[in-house]
Amino acid sequence: MNKLKQAWRNNWVGYLFLSPWLIGVLTLSAIPMLASLYLSFTSYDMFTPPKFIGLDNYATMFQDAKWRDSLRVTSMYVFLGVPLQLIFALAIALFLNRGISGLKFYRAIYYVPSLFGGSVAIALLWRQLFGSKGLVNSFLTTLGFETKNWIASPDTALYTLIVLMIWQFGSPMVIFLAGLKQVPIELYEASKIDGASKWKQFSRVTLPLITPVVFFNLVMQIIGAFQAFTSAYIISGGSGGPLNSTLFYTLYLYQKGFTHFQMGYASAMAWFLLLFIACATAILFITSKKWVYYQE
Amino acid sequence: MKKDTVYEVRTYSSTSISKLSKKLLKHVLIVTIGLGMLYPLLWLFSSSFKPNTEIFQSNSFFPQTFTLDNYKQGWSGLSGVTFGKFFANSFFIVAMCIIGNVIACSMAAFAFARLKFALRKMWFAIMLITMMLPFHVTIIPQYIIFNSLELVNTYVPLILPKFLAVESFFIFLIVQFIRSIPGELDEAVKIDGCGPFKLYIYLIMPLALPALVTTTIFTFIWTWNDFFGQLLYISEINLYTVALGLRMFLDAMGQNSWGALFAMSILSLVPLFAIFIFFQRYLIEGIATGGLKG
Repeated sequence: MNKLKQAWRNNWVGYLFLSPWLIGVLTLSAIPMLASLYLSFTSYDMFTPPKFIGLDNYATMFQDAKWRDSLRVTSMYVFLGVPLQLIFALAIALFLNRGISGLKFYRAIYYVPSLFGGSVAIALLWRQLFGSKGLVNSFLTTLGFETKNWIASPDTALYTLIVLMIWQFGSPMVIFLAGLKQVPIELYEASKIDGASKWKQFSRVTLPLITPVVFFNLVMQIIGAFQAFTSAYIISGGSGGPLNSTLFYTLYLYQKGFTHFQMGYASAMAWFLLLFIACATAILFITSKKWVYYQE
Repeated sequence: MKKDTVYEVRTYSSTSISKLSKKLLKHVLIVTIGLGMLYPLLWLFSSSFKPNTEIFQSNSFFPQTFTLDNYKQGWSGLSGVTFGKFFANSFFIVAMCIIGNVIACSMAAFAFARLKFALRKMWFAIMLITMMLPFHVTIIPQYIIFNSLELVNTYVPLILPKFLAVESFFIFLIVQFIRSIPGELDEAVKIDGCGPFKLYIYLIMPLALPALVTTTIFTFIWTWNDFFGQLLYISEINLYTVALGLRMFLDAMGQNSWGALFAMSILSLVPLFAIFIFFQRYLIEGIATGGLKG
């Protein structure tokens, strides 16, 4: 009894301050996670009680052509879009990094698209830009190129979304700039004296020293990109079309769970996504030992 | 910063004409790329002042006939609900989310950074894990819970999670900041007979103000830009937010009212732009140090 009292005296303040978060983690994260794991083994439409069906949802999923489309589209978006975005961000950051006046101004300008990019307004704008009468086409016409409806063609629709992601390169660029600032100037001077070319300077000095930042950006952007939703929803009008070419995984999950009310199936999809992201992140972490260089 | 200037001076001392023109070329290139990137936004802005017939007909950037009709027509909204209502709703949600995040996240952060209690490390690790968790694995049961409590079509599902510190990025951000506050200050306050509550309110919170400002700004941006949550929980037009209002506009109006849609899109970006103008330093620092996504 005394021990309990002692434990209470030592801990209650800490747990009091932690209590909102603790309640949140339990009721909005832990319990829902377990619940969705359970639901993923059931057939559930919200109106009749869940019916246990074992691994059926998962089996159906692998047979579902639309599901496979959504996984393919999302993987393309993530594994093509993120590297392109980061290369662009790094290139501009390198460009801005050394001895340029007005750095703060340029940095701010380049950051603006990141700030707006996630909004419905920008998705609407994109839909117009790449539409048949859009800005991109009128530009191409002036240059004498052929035009097409980029949003309505299955073979280009996804690329408009990737361009939208690249357009928002500002926030990784800001992180790159912060990382580049940490690279000691002496190293550049030293390599200059040794007669290293610009490219050698980049590949032997700069790049190795900023690999931690590259790694950080890669992990964050990949996790974020897997969860993209708004742009695809607005641009395809919620359908993921044409021909599933913009059917992001999250969009299909939304359709299954909240328009068809196949909550069990949607839960199975969510757990697959969790495992998929976890694997991708784990692979990154494991390979990082080979290419990420930490000072000290 | 100082180092940079020294570096520049050095390059100038060995300046030749070709070096100077190289520098100029660099600036021209940067400005061109920047303009290219911002061009769609500028075009959106300029088009919002053009009559509908002009938007897609003429190739000129500036409106040939300047009109505010798009704004008038857009603002009047749909089905008797004006855009003013949508803005009021969005601002209300944003304000509540900010209050929730600042209070709940700073409390948790204070506990993690300054208080001793059992299992602290374990909880901290769990907090870090929840930062990486895709929200999809919780969204379906959450929806079922809120639905069974008859809270769908209220703002509770959008606001309550913030009061329960679900956005743990901010906890992490504030923890990092509090850890940089020297512990001797705590000791001094404790000697004066202050308990943990006074320590939290009178010492740590004021000193952690920059982190709280960053939390406020990013809560604003994320909540303002949120679409998924609002789409999920809100279907009554009276409760619509700006994001939902825009989507409804798009569905209802079709091709002939792009002008009104553009005008409202521009208005929806104004609050974000204001934040950008006034809190740029916090924004950039928040991203550079905390890795917060803009």
